[in-house]
Amino acid sequence: MKSLLVFAAIIFAVTVVGTGCKKKSLDPFPKSGAVAGWDKTSETRVYAAKDLYQYIDGDAEQYISAGVVSTSTSDYKYQGQLEATVDVHTMGSAAGARKILETGTKDAKPIQLGDAGVAYAQSIIFRKGTALVRIVAYESTPDTPQALLALARGVEAKL
Amino acid sequence: MKSRRDFLKTAATGAVLLGAQGKLGLAELLDQHKSKVVVARDAALRSAEGHLDEKRVADLLDRAIAAYTGRDKPVEAWKRIVPVGKVIGLKINGLGGKAIATHLALTLAVCERLQQAGVKPGEIVVWECRRSDLERAGYTISTDRSRIRCIGSDMDGYGFEERPDAFGSVSVNLARILTRECDFVINLPVPKDHSLGAGVTFSMKNMYGVVERPQDLHGGGCNPGVADLNCITTIRDKVRFTIGDATASIYEGGPQFHPEHLWYPNALIVGEDRVALDYTAWQLIDRKRAEMGLPTLEAAGRPPRYIATAADQAHRLGTNDPQRIHLMEV
Repeated sequence: MKSLLVFAAIIFAVTVVGTGCKKKSLDPFPKSGAVAGWDKTSETRVYAAKDLYQYIDGDAEQYISAGVVSTSTSDYKYQGQLEATVDVHTMGSAAGARKILETGTKDAKPIQLGDAGVAYAQSIIFRKGTALVRIVAYESTPDTPQALLALARGVEAKL
Repeated sequence: MKSRRDFLKTAATGAVLLGAQGKLGLAELLDQHKSKVVVARDAALRSAEGHLDEKRVADLLDRAIAAYTGRDKPVEAWKRIVPVGKVIGLKINGLGGKAIATHLALTLAVCERLQQAGVKPGEIVVWECRRSDLERAGYTISTDRSRIRCIGSDMDGYGFEERPDAFGSVSVNLARILTRECDFVINLPVPKDHSLGAGVTFSMKNMYGVVERPQDLHGGGCNPGVADLNCITTIRDKVRFTIGDATASIYEGGPQFHPEHLWYPNALIVGEDRVALDYTAWQLIDRKRAEMGLPTLEAAGRPPRYIATAADQAHRLGTNDPQRIHLMEV
């Protein structure tokens, strides 16, 4: 009986840990409608570090030197009009995410998001753990800053 | 203000350069003539919301080409630029995504004028390195050979040459779209800051999109990679004309799209001397940086050194000497 209980406890622990791991690897991209007004308009594309140049050309170098493991990206549209792209860079360490965030953000406005974040009129960058998230809108409208922030919070909640 | 006679003289020089490059060679002609670069602007190119006006883009293209060729009628002008009966490639730049790629409105305007000049739809190939680059930039893939094709080098049936081509420091596998599909290529790059060493990306750097592994050419601030790559015979001989899409640009943080550093020069930069074109783009970006209180690219530690390399005696791709560039702003 005792060994049965021990066995059950092990199974329970494995299940909990396993579930925890799965949660970490969940898709960080909110589905259409999960964030008010936002639709996911493309499949998620994933680039390994060695292929990142295919997506961002020479900019790949700074992510690679900061230890990027992979980058996932997807396109979104707000209320059928405002287009945006969400990039989630998974770094090898939180220090790598911090290094990228601290590059070239002197004109940005700090925001409460993840471990740290900044916002511009048409983009938001934040880090949470080893994730570095960059959300860029392709148009500047009166709604853009608030809409981007809502989408960013949707991504943060899934990280 | 130049007289009409001077204008026609310099315009004709451009046309001669274009027509004779294969026989006499640009390097020899540079000893005798200035390289012409046309910068055509339209401050009203965009709506209040920032959208491009397609009609005005086409008109701006006509103005730029007329200034370059000295021919007011677009059909006559284009006939001086492209050979009829050959396959014309349009190498766009789609890496920055929709906001900072070669705009579809410009590419469509070029396609329209080519057809009016006698190029059949099936003889026009719009292309970029990857299908995804085209799609992200708002282009629709089309593989029908009887119509204008829009294809990526990574698509089935295209790919890259197995045998590398080499010059100087580079050895690359060229896109088969360049080597096997196109006879004459019009380069449609976007001028951008290249914050990770190259300084500026424009005409010559856009050729990184015609090789299989561009990441191998980024060392040393892309110097001498850019210059060496453009000296590869197929690129040097086939990529003959540039229509730079400077309707939008990034003056800092490029080549990726950084909306906080986006600006609208609302211009097209046209010419055939790829070195002079890159030099002109460099000046354009540096002027904007100064306006925004940023250091010049030289002061920021990333001058585009490959431009001088491309002009040196080992490469002779064109001139970076402002005294030998005839800049026409229209």
